Amino acid sequence: MADAGVVETLLRRIEKVDDGVDSLEVANSLGVDHQVIVGAVKSLQSVGDVISAELRSSKHWELTEEGMEIAENGSHEARVFSSIPLEGLAQSELMKLSFGKIGFSKAMSSKWIRVDKTHEGGPRIFRTVESIEDQVREKLLLVQKGNTSQLEEKEKNELKKRKLLSEVTVKTYWITKGNSFSTTITKQETELTPEMIATGNWKEKKFKPYNFEAMGVAPDSGHLHPLMKVRTQFRQIFLEMGFTEMPTNNFIESSFWNFDSLFQPQQHPARDQHDTFFLSDPALAHEFPQDYLERVKKVHSEGGFGSQGYKYDWKIEEAQKNILRTHTTAVSARMLYKLAQQEKFTPVKYFSIDRVFRNETLDATHLAEFHQIEGVVADYGLTLGDLMGILHQFFTKLGITKLRFKPAYNPYTEPSMEVFSYHEGLKKWVEVGNSGVFRPEMLLPMGLPEDVSVIAWGLSLER
Amino acid sequence: MPTVGVKRDLLFKALGRTYTDEEFDELCFEFGLELDEITSEKEIISREQGDSKASGASDIILYKIDVPANRYDLLCLEGLVRGLQVFKNKLEAPRYRRVSPISGEPQKLIITKATAAVRPHAVAAVLRNITFTQERYDSFIELQEKLHQNICRKRSLVAIGTHDLDTISGPFTYTAKPPGDICFKPLNQTKEYTATQLMSLYKTDSHLRHYLHIIEDKPVYPVIYDSNGIVLSMPPIINGDHSKISLKTKNVFIECTATDVTKAKIVLDMMVTMFSEYCSQPFTVEEAEVVYPDGRTCIYPELAYRKEKLTSEFINRKVGINESTEKIAQLLTRMCLRSQATGVGDEIEVEIPPTRSDVIHACDIMEDAAIAYGFNNITRTTPRTYTVANQFPLNKLTELLRQDLAAAGFTEALNFALCSQEDIADKLGKKISETKAAHISNPKTAEFQVARTTLLPGLLKTIAANRKMPLPLKLFEISDVVLKDETKDVGASNSRRFCAVYYNKSPGFEVIHGLLDRTMQLLEVQPACGEGYHIQAADDSTFFPGRCAEIFVRGKSVGRLGVLHPDVINRFELTMPCSALEMDIEPFLGHTAETLLTHDVPMQEVIKHKFPTRNGSCQAPAPGPTSTKTVFGDMSTPAGLKALNDFLADKSYIEGFAASQADIAVFDAIPSAPPLTLCHLLRWYSHIKSFQRERAGLPSAMSQFVLPAIPPASTHNASDDDDDIDLFGSDDEAESVEAARIKEQRLAEYAAKKSKKPALIAKSSILLDVKPWDDETDMTKLEECVRSVSMDGLLWGQSKLVPVGYGIKKLQIGCVVEDDKVGTDLLEEAITAFEEYVQSVDVAAFNKI
Repeated sequence: MADAGVVETLLRRIEKVDDGVDSLEVANSLGVDHQVIVGAVKSLQSVGDVISAELRSSKHWELTEEGMEIAENGSHEARVFSSIPLEGLAQSELMKLSFGKIGFSKAMSSKWIRVDKTHEGGPRIFRTVESIEDQVREKLLLVQKGNTSQLEEKEKNELKKRKLLSEVTVKTYWITKGNSFSTTITKQETELTPEMIATGNWKEKKFKPYNFEAMGVAPDSGHLHPLMKVRTQFRQIFLEMGFTEMPTNNFIESSFWNFDSLFQPQQHPARDQHDTFFLSDPALAHEFPQDYLERVKKVHSEGGFGSQGYKYDWKIEEAQKNILRTHTTAVSARMLYKLAQQEKFTPVKYFSIDRVFRNETLDATHLAEFHQIEGVVADYGLTLGDLMGILHQFFTKLGITKLRFKPAYNPYTEPSMEVFSYHEGLKKWVEVGNSGVFRPEMLLPMGLPEDVSVIAWGLSLER
Repeated sequence: MPTVGVKRDLLFKALGRTYTDEEFDELCFEFGLELDEITSEKEIISREQGDSKASGASDIILYKIDVPANRYDLLCLEGLVRGLQVFKNKLEAPRYRRVSPISGEPQKLIITKATAAVRPHAVAAVLRNITFTQERYDSFIELQEKLHQNICRKRSLVAIGTHDLDTISGPFTYTAKPPGDICFKPLNQTKEYTATQLMSLYKTDSHLRHYLHIIEDKPVYPVIYDSNGIVLSMPPIINGDHSKISLKTKNVFIECTATDVTKAKIVLDMMVTMFSEYCSQPFTVEEAEVVYPDGRTCIYPELAYRKEKLTSEFINRKVGINESTEKIAQLLTRMCLRSQATGVGDEIEVEIPPTRSDVIHACDIMEDAAIAYGFNNITRTTPRTYTVANQFPLNKLTELLRQDLAAAGFTEALNFALCSQEDIADKLGKKISETKAAHISNPKTAEFQVARTTLLPGLLKTIAANRKMPLPLKLFEISDVVLKDETKDVGASNSRRFCAVYYNKSPGFEVIHGLLDRTMQLLEVQPACGEGYHIQAADDSTFFPGRCAEIFVRGKSVGRLGVLHPDVINRFELTMPCSALEMDIEPFLGHTAETLLTHDVPMQEVIKHKFPTRNGSCQAPAPGPTSTKTVFGDMSTPAGLKALNDFLADKSYIEGFAASQADIAVFDAIPSAPPLTLCHLLRWYSHIKSFQRERAGLPSAMSQFVLPAIPPASTHNASDDDDDIDLFGSDDEAESVEAARIKEQRLAEYAAKKSKKPALIAKSSILLDVKPWDDETDMTKLEECVRSVSMDGLLWGQSKLVPVGYGIKKLQIGCVVEDDKVGTDLLEEAITAFEEYVQSVDVAAFNKI
């Protein structure tokens, strides 16, 4: 804020005149720097329509420092001339004077002096004319007195070249009264303060308007990961539907639970080194439910439970190999086996959302690890229609209502269905998940009752 | 999923009509195929090699169709057309027949003993008077390739060789020889090579080099000769040039060599069923005889038709439809499974053709019925399964914590669970051998060498990737790490961790420490030694010396926090100071009344299930009862049945007025349906039979009606024949003996446990007020003194300082004592002994436990 006194004086001046005042004139008359007046104008502008100020710019000529010296003492050449007595002066003496060098050449070219180089005791300078007229000084004096207009443009430029004159631009304000002119001004407040509230003086204060165009300050907050937020949503849906969460906190699984127990044959391509991460340490699983393992071996190699089996040489060594689980269905298999170990079968609904691993090279569409969402229902007499119905409910909760099912193949489900939903944006059917009824070859060796069906579906969280 | 490319116009010609792309896509979808792509050779070449190369290529439209991985019968145009035509009711599924040659002996393939060392199995067949066209020939070659890639597992399990029979003469010998001794002109080569030379020749062949490893390091290589010593093929690498088939070939000899004989038979069946269509007598295949080293002979191809019986009720029940037996038989016939109602009840006899090797269980037949019915025509129903949802407690805790940590201003990161060894060891200033890390044997890149043992490297990498973001960076993650764990069946287990980092111009230890305090507040753990949490200076090479502390909760270390070592910061390409916190959250799991699920399975089965025998199909009645003895007499005798009949003359159920387990038990005790003469019994029997599906849900019996079977007199025969095809039935006795043994063992364990359990001890909980002399008494010293009092049967608990006025505080401390051993007088005496600090001791509260 500019000095309050200056502001007040300025306002009084404006009050006295009708048309307005020039800021530079005010500065000159008050004997203060022009910038002080400019500051006062700016601060008055910020408090509303007290004054109106019009920016004007004007150019004028000013003497340079050297020009001022000349205006006072005469031009260098004139001073050279006047310092030479009639008997002349030794050149070396002249050169000792501050103006000697410049003044000498100018005076020579004006032919005011001459040099006698043959004079004994070194070159000597003599006057050639009686008297001179110092035009440069006179011109500069004119400028100094403000009568610049009497000089010709050419003359001004020549003096400018000699760095005796300079042209300056002055920006001034033409100040007139504003609509709400008053000589007493109140400062606008920026913010409400506790003191104002306490004293109640906010009632008299004027407040600066806010700039509602600007953005607010970002809040200092943390965020949840977007994918994990989606996971929370899916968890919520399953919980709403009465599904219990499976303990999937075991990334390392034996091939037995990941494949063999699911009736996935040992030569299946998914069990290839190219698709699955095998472990070198701990390389093998060392404990299995022995009776169950025997039944799994039989159903693979010889069949049983109404099945022809795959008829191949099933090897325990292959089942022992530890891997990073390729699907959470490995945990479902453990859960269903445990369910079968209950005294009496009770219906269950299970779900899980957790990481699974595939030995892929990373690119835009392939990840070596991703989250699998899985739902499993085990009960007496579940039908394929039940699976479709429950999928319909599940996807409706996700906002997907148009579903259709394509027959598919999966080693451990029969029937198997790919779930497609109609994508309104893409205008086509897109695959959203996989589903099926677990094969009897998987369930019966576990010991589940024969008329219990287990329906399941899975999808990827990342999709 | 294999993809088959067929020419569209050829396909439509064979199907007898044209489709729009959409119509055909719809048909595929319904049948379980997927029209993956509509393209042309030109398009493929231009996409893969650029437009310039494609200019000469054909622009005939190709359909790329995805086929389910188990449907080998749909891997060529012939099979696809047959499948779709039968499905659309336009064609009856052909019957494939094996025939003897019209003249003379069948072709013979003699297997020598030497093959056992490398590839022991072989099967063969002949396609007689076949007519090839360019398209048929291409399809014939393509099918072999598709089979090789899929069921043959890149030729490792089975390799197919096809030969012009007129260029060779049987009998053929399948043998194995050292590579140097095998010499022949391979397919499409101009000169002869030894097998050794061939292996190096094909090292650079883009196609064949993938198969070399199958036999490369074997001492002998498999080879097939004809009677004149001409080499037919050196499976699984290459055929001989001499017998190669051409468009002019009339008679084809097909051999499949294998390490898996089941798959070899399937592959041979597929080849001959698909292409016998073009023989002069369509769908007939000439047999070939395979002679084994032991002299046994077998006739191939098997072309076996298998018959299965099931009921329409089974299909209706499993699918959730209600169709007549005849309709279901029709549906199955449309899936190439010729079926008819037998007339016995709702029974259907289904014939599984040799092309459908994927049908191995009644459920496969059920699926085909559902496909033919149309998946999308099935009514969508809601199962009435009633269950109560439970969250996995660890995940529940994780969810709650995550929310609050984000609210505390930290941003959640999600990192991979796999990383390089360097990330978890060298970069953190640790040795890999000390990390308990699980190592991956076959990673494709160094990014997947180990499962992470700590969350810290992931968060530091996230920071490195976000260095341009405005400071400070505050990140957290709650996720699993994997550690080797001997107690688990797989030798490793997950551990749920919470990790947070603060990255700014100053280390901000106080920020991370504050986050720990907030976390503990959320977990309802007080800051205190003993029962609460506290941190204590620790040495850790990951952290800056003197700037690391260990977190203790209830006396146990749960993790660490501190300012990271500058070397660690540099190794993660960071430039600012950074503080971090990592701790286990599993110790904070509260107790819950609900049963907890774990993925640990019992290794010993306690419940003995009755498993059906191999012969029993899905529809087989429940296995026979263990006992026929009931309170009504022995149900296997007419007298017993008569007694029960009389009992039921004026009763609907064995017990009470509703079906119960009593009925089920007696029902099961009756070996077979009772005779018509016992009308009351028969009425009851049929009625109870109708409860079969919900039998488990019936109320339990009030009393026992079935008496236990007499323990078997015979002892278990240790030398039981292992080849017994009766899967589990034969083990019944052994199992019951075993079960009894386990039961005894468990009883003994239980008794032992019970005896160890101490008799009930009377205990009390006491709250003491300990007052100091003045406000200058060192209260921590005072507490130390009090806690130093130790007696048998005394356990100190939580304590707090309570102001009493004038700046003086008293110590309020709890303890549990065994009444017999510790009295309050004794306690007071012991504490007031510390005269220097203690002015007086009062009992503030005393409660019997």
